[in-house]
Amino acid sequence: MTAVADVLATAKAEGRAALIGYLPVGFPSVRDSIEAMLAMHDAGADAIEIGLPYSDPLIDGPIIQTAASKALAAGVRVADVIAASRELAAAGAPHVVMSYWNPVLRYGVDRFAADLAEAGCSGMITPDLVPDEAADWIEAARKHDLNRVFLVAPTSSPERIASTTAVTSGFVYAQSIMGVTGSRAVRGEEAKALVDRIREHTDLPIGVGIGVSNAQQAAEIAAFADAVIVGTLPVRQLVESETVADGIRRLREVIGELAEGVRR
Amino acid sequence: MTTADFPRVGRFGAFGGRYVPEALVAALEELEEHRTKAMHDPEFLGELAELQRTYTGRPSIITEVPRFAEHCGGAQVVLKREDLNHTGSHKINNVLAQGLLTKRMGKTRVIAETGAGQHGVATATAAALMGLDCTIYMGRVDTERQALNVARMRLLGAEVVPVDHGSRTLKDAVNEAFRDWVTNVHNTHYVLGTVTGPYPFPEMVRDFHRVIGVEARQQVLDAYGRLPDAVLACVGGGSNAIGIFHRFIDDRDVRLIGLEGGGEGIESGRHASRFSGQGTPGVLHGAYTYVLQDDDGQTIESHSVSAGLDYPSVGPEHAFLKDAGRAEYYPVTDEEAMEAFRLLARTEGILPAIESAHALAGAMRIGRELGRDALLLVNLSGRGDKDVHTAGQWFGLIDNDAEDAAETDDPKEQV
Repeated sequence: MTAVADVLATAKAEGRAALIGYLPVGFPSVRDSIEAMLAMHDAGADAIEIGLPYSDPLIDGPIIQTAASKALAAGVRVADVIAASRELAAAGAPHVVMSYWNPVLRYGVDRFAADLAEAGCSGMITPDLVPDEAADWIEAARKHDLNRVFLVAPTSSPERIASTTAVTSGFVYAQSIMGVTGSRAVRGEEAKALVDRIREHTDLPIGVGIGVSNAQQAAEIAAFADAVIVGTLPVRQLVESETVADGIRRLREVIGELAEGVRR
Repeated sequence: MTTADFPRVGRFGAFGGRYVPEALVAALEELEEHRTKAMHDPEFLGELAELQRTYTGRPSIITEVPRFAEHCGGAQVVLKREDLNHTGSHKINNVLAQGLLTKRMGKTRVIAETGAGQHGVATATAAALMGLDCTIYMGRVDTERQALNVARMRLLGAEVVPVDHGSRTLKDAVNEAFRDWVTNVHNTHYVLGTVTGPYPFPEMVRDFHRVIGVEARQQVLDAYGRLPDAVLACVGGGSNAIGIFHRFIDDRDVRLIGLEGGGEGIESGRHASRFSGQGTPGVLHGAYTYVLQDDDGQTIESHSVSAGLDYPSVGPEHAFLKDAGRAEYYPVTDEEAMEAFRLLARTEGILPAIESAHALAGAMRIGRELGRDALLLVNLSGRGDKDVHTAGQWFGLIDNDAEDAAETDDPKEQV
């Protein structure tokens, strides 16, 4: 069992949803981003998503795009993601990587999986890789005991929900709204409808992401989902702060509120 | 369940596929279903043929260019005149067909990416003709250097949205169009402008441009009693090239030659030549194909005097034809393309699009290689009206006062 699967099970045993927070590595610097991830864990995020910045992030809105492109301009490399993973593992912070497919393909799928596993990472979320194209990744992840977190969307047919969840492990990422990250707030009932549809096909934990923007929503979603995933919200704290210290302070505050939200 | 349960759809050999967020898969499957039905539906095909005849002006003619051919080693050179189509390029072939499909899917809105405007103008045109709402994404850099095309699209009723992220050019306009699509897919069709993107776009857009080669092959046979020795076309995303190549693929003796934007030369690193050895197989915009990328898989920005060729990736079927050895691809530098542009204007009275001028430069090279007996068919994919300002500046033909007064109208469209 991976650390992320573990922490999800623990949250469930406590009768609450887990909180998962995303930050891209390398923004504003590699060092600062790792500190921010650790702060996020410390403030109550059960697990961290380490974002691998990519030049063409199709499903990200302006806030995450801004952070990712600044990280790239500052010279972030794929190797920095592995390094971040190693530090988070050492600090006991369960985490997965979130990456668009091409950087992984270029690095070498099996090599990437091996390096993640060696670093202590639990797996990877693949926003632009559907299982149909993921044979190599599924094989590598199985070989290295990594979670394969695929997305399910409101437009996914029952057949696709069944086939996708059948090859998913760790948790299912329910994209709660049609749109890019940070585009609009999810409504509780639409997220619940999707979670209910997914539950018909799998016993895996279900995390709801894309569109969660405050503690109230987190609490609402925590009532029916196994995990609440926030991305734009934490990134926004860093993007909109004058100093790193200020950004991390705001980040702790926001994550603290959300952590309280998923426990309501 | 194993991965064997997922059939690998839409592959050209190893290339192609469907690398998109799950949220878009339903729309791609819907598109696949409708376009497959449509391609076997006499009503759809009849409606499209009627539009081609009475709106686009098909069939487009072929023109032999003997005075230009003197600069091509004396080979016979024949142009396929896609520049004479309504809206000035081959792009109209694809947008009219996708417009009809949009209506058949019951959608009311179309979106498209554009570099400098050809595909945006064509999409806005089809939307106006068919009563569809239309939003065009265009990099901020391109909206500034293409102010006239922005106005043209707005005159046609389209909303033009400048894109401020990334390199603020064509690649980023594609990203933004995908983001709109994933948000509005319930009522919106994405009219992708070239033969890349997730399946079924590469195959579908090819099929809508295939008419170019079907007509040209018969026209050449009728006029010359034989097939050409080589067919040449410029390759950005690759839609005009695949359009004219496809009918000739089984004609094994006909060389298929694609000309890429060589920019300032391959050795400069500032080019758009994905097949020159610097591009490597990877995924961009939903397809596995050749991509200009760095060691970390980050996209490298391309460079070309021609915005239509200024794109870091290429249609997956071209990648397949290249690796299979069926088609050849060569870079043509900005310099060579502009010389061909000048020559065609001076010798034949035809202003080519700067994109198409790359194919003409290819004919100058291949003609000299093959000699007087050769018959070359060149796809003149677009007209050069949009490029007058760029060419005027390139050749120093615009005096300073006039230049200050003129809005830039340089070429930016992916072909």
